Amino acid sequence: MTKPLAPRRAVVIGVGNEFRRDDAAGPAVVAVLAGQVPAGVTLAVSDGEPTRMIEAWAGAPLAIVVDAIRGEPAVPGRLHRMVLDHPAMGPGGPVSSHGLGLGDAIGLGRALDRMPGRLIVHAVEAGDLSQGAGLTPAVAGVIDTLAAAVLHDLCS
Amino acid sequence: MYVLVSDGRVAEVRLDIYEPPRFFEAFLRGRSFTEPPDITARVCGICPVAYQTSACQAIEDACGAELDGPLADLRRLLYCGEWIGSHALHVYMLHAPDFLGYPGAVEMAAEHREVVERGLALRSAGNAIMELLGGRSIHPVNVRVGGFYRAPSPAELAPLARQLRGALPLAIDTVRWVGGFDFPDFTCPHELLALADPGRYPIERGTLATSGGLAFAAAEFEQHVNEEQVPHSTALHARLTGNGADGNDRYLTGPLARYTLNSGSLPPLAAQAAAEAGLGADCRNPFRSIVVRAVEIVCAIEEALRLIEGYRRPAQPAVAVTARAATGYGVSEAPRGVLYHRYEIDADGTIASARIVPPTSQNQRAIENDLRRFVADRLDFDDERLTHACEQAIRNYDPCISCATHFLDMRIDRR
Repeated sequence: MTKPLAPRRAVVIGVGNEFRRDDAAGPAVVAVLAGQVPAGVTLAVSDGEPTRMIEAWAGAPLAIVVDAIRGEPAVPGRLHRMVLDHPAMGPGGPVSSHGLGLGDAIGLGRALDRMPGRLIVHAVEAGDLSQGAGLTPAVAGVIDTLAAAVLHDLCS
Repeated sequence: MYVLVSDGRVAEVRLDIYEPPRFFEAFLRGRSFTEPPDITARVCGICPVAYQTSACQAIEDACGAELDGPLADLRRLLYCGEWIGSHALHVYMLHAPDFLGYPGAVEMAAEHREVVERGLALRSAGNAIMELLGGRSIHPVNVRVGGFYRAPSPAELAPLARQLRGALPLAIDTVRWVGGFDFPDFTCPHELLALADPGRYPIERGTLATSGGLAFAAAEFEQHVNEEQVPHSTALHARLTGNGADGNDRYLTGPLARYTLNSGSLPPLAAQAAAEAGLGADCRNPFRSIVVRAVEIVCAIEEALRLIEGYRRPAQPAVAVTARAATGYGVSEAPRGVLYHRYEIDADGTIASARIVPPTSQNQRAIENDLRRFVADRLDFDDERLTHACEQAIRNYDPCISCATHFLDMRIDRR
């Protein structure tokens, strides 16, 4: 793991549902990061509902969101890192049956001027988003890598 | 949603729910009687407290335990938090954009920033109650059968009271705002089912009452409400046995039913706000449900403030609940309507059977019937406009599929 060097105020939000298989990747990364992040970094887990997301990241100089995504075609475990200065989200709907997702949170945050100073999204392509607990091996195998990437962003 | 139009008339309307069953009732069997509050909270991310409360009450009923005093107040206070948060989310993020002609809250926020800020402040007030009493705002972890794992001190509730006092005028402004919307002229003729809690607006407990004059206890729920499978949907449909309007057994639960059967029990500011918004003693227009929800936000904040003001920390955070072989029943008013739980428990506390009847499935038949009449008056709309109109109509009921109706797959078969 990267050693924390320069503490800064930031929030890391793991988005996902631990009972929808690989959708739990975000919360799993947050669990790994517990106790490892620099002082001043808040760790949070969210269902991704936009008002909660905005509340979690508003006012933070840096927000890092870790989320599982659907790829077409999917390569389970493949990682993506996006610095979102523009809310251009890809096609496809959210996994949650409640329909509102990260794109809405970003749109709403921009409209209300409640975006963090910088937003970084770490995404992992999911292999299984059906009901049930437990990550697939492909996604479980990259959780530590994801956590290290988040720490790197926090400290760089 | 499937609409069959034949010879210029609506022949069939079906709301096909395709989400697979989640089998909660099945996997509750064999679990400990202490587990349903945590397990059933997972049924819904918007109204977990409703599931926890109905579950707790059913198990306490089976075990002969009863909450009173500050523990009962804390349970109602937590539920107020869920009402405030859920209703604020629906009013501002899902429903209001329909009336103002925006595709969603994001677009509405661009032009009505101060309005959406008000909605977020209300939702935040609801979340604050959930976090303080429930431990967190999603799927609270501080609820247990018999009460709570930890009861807050009055001093801990003081900042919450300050936030709620600040939210109260925002809630009253919300009623004025939504009361000024244009509402289609539409009436739902169905029987209405809601809880009744003498002397106060029903939230976390009560007995059942209908607009047709039926009154019964939670233990008699299944004598009056029958669920059945239908070929076109994974969601069960419910019938109110032998008492539906014009003999059809359809009925509606939720804000319209709650308000119509209990408007006389609203606390003063909520009652005043309702009157100023033009709501009479009853409300049967589903489009006006947004006004009722706004009034219920005022009600929940008023109630929360009253409960905090009178709060004294209980000696214990929970009453003792000892398992015994029995069946227990619990009902509460989820933001979307009556939520019923029944548990059959063995002497060692193992759950032998469970039954959960959520509000959305109870409303399915009424929603389909309303949509049928709604569509019949709009057959001249092209398919895109009709789809949008139906999305709005479905959102009136705030079903658990409410948000997903942005993605309503509408099939209109015109013959």
